[in-house]
Amino acid sequence: MSPVPKRQVRLGAHFPGVNNTTVWADPRSGSHIDFASFVHLAQTAERAKFDFLFLAEGLRLREKKGLIHDLDVVGRPDTLTVLAGLAAVTERLGLIGTISATYNEPYEVARQFASLDQLSGGRAGWNVVTSSDAFTGENFRRGGYLPYDRRYDRATEFLAIARELWNSWPADAIPADAASGRFLAGEDAGRFAHRGEFFDVEGRFSVPRTPQVEPVILQAGDSQAGRDFGARHGDGIFTLPRPIEEARAFYREVKGRLAAHGRHEDDLLLLPAATFVIGDTHAEAEERAAEIRTQQVSGATAIQLLEAVWNRDLTAYDPDGPLPDIEPLDDGTAIQQGQARRFEDRQEKIREWRARAEAGSLSIRDIAIEDAAWQTFVGTPAEIAEEIDLRVQTRADDGFILVPHITPAGLDEFADRVVPELQERGSFRREYEGTTLRDHLGLPPAGTRRPAVPVPTGVPA
Amino acid sequence: MTDHPLHLAVALSDVGWHPAAWREDPDGARRLGDPEHWAAQVRLAEEGLLDLVTIEDGLGLQTDGYGPQTPRTDRVRGRVDAVLLASRIAPLTSRIGIVPTVVTAHTEPFHVATALQTLDFVSTGRAGVRLTAGPSAADARLVGVRTFPDFTPDRLDDPEIVAFVEDLFAEAGEHAEVLRRLWDSWEDGAEIRDVPTGRFIDRDRLHYADFRGRFFSVKGPSIVPRSPQGQPPVAILAHGPLPYRLGAQVGDVLFVTPHGDDDLVRILSEVRAAEEEVRRPAPPQLVLGDLVVVLDDDPSAARGRLDRLDALSGEAYASDARIFAGSPAELADLIEAWHRAGYAGVRLRPAATAVDLPQIVHGVVPELQRRGLFRTAYEADTLRGHLGLDRPLSRYARTPDLVEAP
Repeated sequence: MSPVPKRQVRLGAHFPGVNNTTVWADPRSGSHIDFASFVHLAQTAERAKFDFLFLAEGLRLREKKGLIHDLDVVGRPDTLTVLAGLAAVTERLGLIGTISATYNEPYEVARQFASLDQLSGGRAGWNVVTSSDAFTGENFRRGGYLPYDRRYDRATEFLAIARELWNSWPADAIPADAASGRFLAGEDAGRFAHRGEFFDVEGRFSVPRTPQVEPVILQAGDSQAGRDFGARHGDGIFTLPRPIEEARAFYREVKGRLAAHGRHEDDLLLLPAATFVIGDTHAEAEERAAEIRTQQVSGATAIQLLEAVWNRDLTAYDPDGPLPDIEPLDDGTAIQQGQARRFEDRQEKIREWRARAEAGSLSIRDIAIEDAAWQTFVGTPAEIAEEIDLRVQTRADDGFILVPHITPAGLDEFADRVVPELQERGSFRREYEGTTLRDHLGLPPAGTRRPAVPVPTGVPA
Repeated sequence: MTDHPLHLAVALSDVGWHPAAWREDPDGARRLGDPEHWAAQVRLAEEGLLDLVTIEDGLGLQTDGYGPQTPRTDRVRGRVDAVLLASRIAPLTSRIGIVPTVVTAHTEPFHVATALQTLDFVSTGRAGVRLTAGPSAADARLVGVRTFPDFTPDRLDDPEIVAFVEDLFAEAGEHAEVLRRLWDSWEDGAEIRDVPTGRFIDRDRLHYADFRGRFFSVKGPSIVPRSPQGQPPVAILAHGPLPYRLGAQVGDVLFVTPHGDDDLVRILSEVRAAEEEVRRPAPPQLVLGDLVVVLDDDPSAARGRLDRLDALSGEAYASDARIFAGSPAELADLIEAWHRAGYAGVRLRPAATAVDLPQIVHGVVPELQRRGLFRTAYEADTLRGHLGLDRPLSRYARTPDLVEAP
């Protein structure tokens, strides 16, 4: 019996974000805005044969109590412009940018991603997000508000138009035949017309067919609408890390939707964000992890994390003291803006925290550290590789988008120590085999389909 | 050197500005999406110590003038976004300014502001932008948000068109004002990384743009910290009073299109009058004359090449700018005369990039250097530096006096 080829781990490198996961107070922490920092992370990821670099998006500086939030990293570049620059200093690495469909029009976004795909030789990817907050909308002439449940309807039509545009130039549209004077093969290169519920656009698209034709499409968001959007239209879902059993259930649920759309299990990749702390021994890794958690949640950050839940000013409280005994404010106002809520019901969250604080005599900061510092993989390089491999082979995830906590060198150790372990296990490439991001991710060429097969539910031995 | 230094720019467009240029450079025409093809041109311009290159762009497919898209198949069509192209080639060059074209009518000022700041970071201080209003009705249909009237030269006196164009330029002015406010919205040094207090930034050094205009409102601050140049230079191409006024209000560099000796002086005085009229607080704009150039060491060969290109095209090339066909030395004479007339320099539009850009770099530049008119080495690292513009303080910065006050 010939050995079954191992499922391949997909790896992305997330540029550290503007949130408290990123430790800026560490002496090793460099610039978050200089191009050199982006070059370092991208070239490290490429050296380690990662599938792609990933950039998040935030279009308005976060505010707390009406003031610009100053405790975390603030400031980031424009996503597509920095990715285009990185295309010049890398050769194979995929370049995935998060772009909101809300504060853009389909023509502009299609044009920009086609340009990035062309300028990178087929390495572009788009993490499609939708927004509805009026707060961010204040930065835009078309900061239109949409009810939550209509956001994916608009995004679906938006993406459909983008795909029409990307496919509007035939492959052989430009003979550029000097002798006959025929530059274009036909008069209609790029022509499109779309009339739908949200958009009414027509004309000729200005970017000729690009190497991937369509960039890789990720979707971020775990809601039912988000899952459905991903299952129908996405090449991947950027999701939250889950304990392995929950992740397997999520995998079965989401991938189970694919057959109904005539899609193969591997046409949609599940890629959770993940952090990591590496040590020479497991104990050392745990020790480093505890240290990092403390760096990630200062006393002031702990108070602010609590304020998001209580929805009121708690600056008078001592972070090393007990949880506030006052009740939260639930009057529809929001003390913090520009940041996703991390809980569903503030009353329930507070009850849970009070119980935990009482049981373990925990301070405000202890509780905040437990709650906010998320560390997905903690261990030796071999332990981390083993865990990643187990999760991918047993269909809990397809890979991970790794979030270092230090800029720009936070990925170096993973690249140097964990990746070789994955390669030893036969679960990760030693060399790039293709040139495009689609090639790296094992995705079929745009517009083609593999036969749908039922998603295996059993765990291979 | 004369009392004012000479500035040279090259305008890159497809494989050249003559519509038949691609017929003598079909390989170049097939490589319009290849960044290496563009990088080679910009590196060559940098070898010539030029101040900057501009990159032509528009939202839609290339057209012949302002009319509707024609179904002809004998012209170059298809291009990539100029800002992203600029960012793609910036790391491959080190000194020259890179100035992509951006349409103001349909773009979000916030996205444009942050993209240009990012280009400034990627190029370490060499970004600029040429703003163009974008009156095309066809472009408006691509975006689908607004309906523009059909804008053809024969309707220029039509009251509907006059009002439309005035509004469009007013909107461009607002757009540029938002860019400038957002670019200043972080003061220098706003990132403090104060470990004892846990503060990454000093929020008192971040400012809302709080722009409310006729066409849009933008809150700010930018998501991008103040960029290496602070204010990347803004350029406008202008052919009349409306754009002269726009340039006077928001521009650093103005491209104009004089044809002969008579309008050479008139245009410059109109530009200065517009600056006075709007009470421009900034230094006067650097005014560069645009020229389409067809160059050959043998002047008659240059004119012959223009005739040949016109024949291939089926019609004589007509341009908003004067078309010069001659030797590099003759072009140097013309540049010298314009410079003496008070122009800061010229922006040269190569008729055929593959032929005329090398002629500019290896012919025109050395000739101007021999005459003591043009730099023999870069003296600055940023585009503002090349243009002789200081790096401005943020408009929101407290003055040093106030900071030092007890």
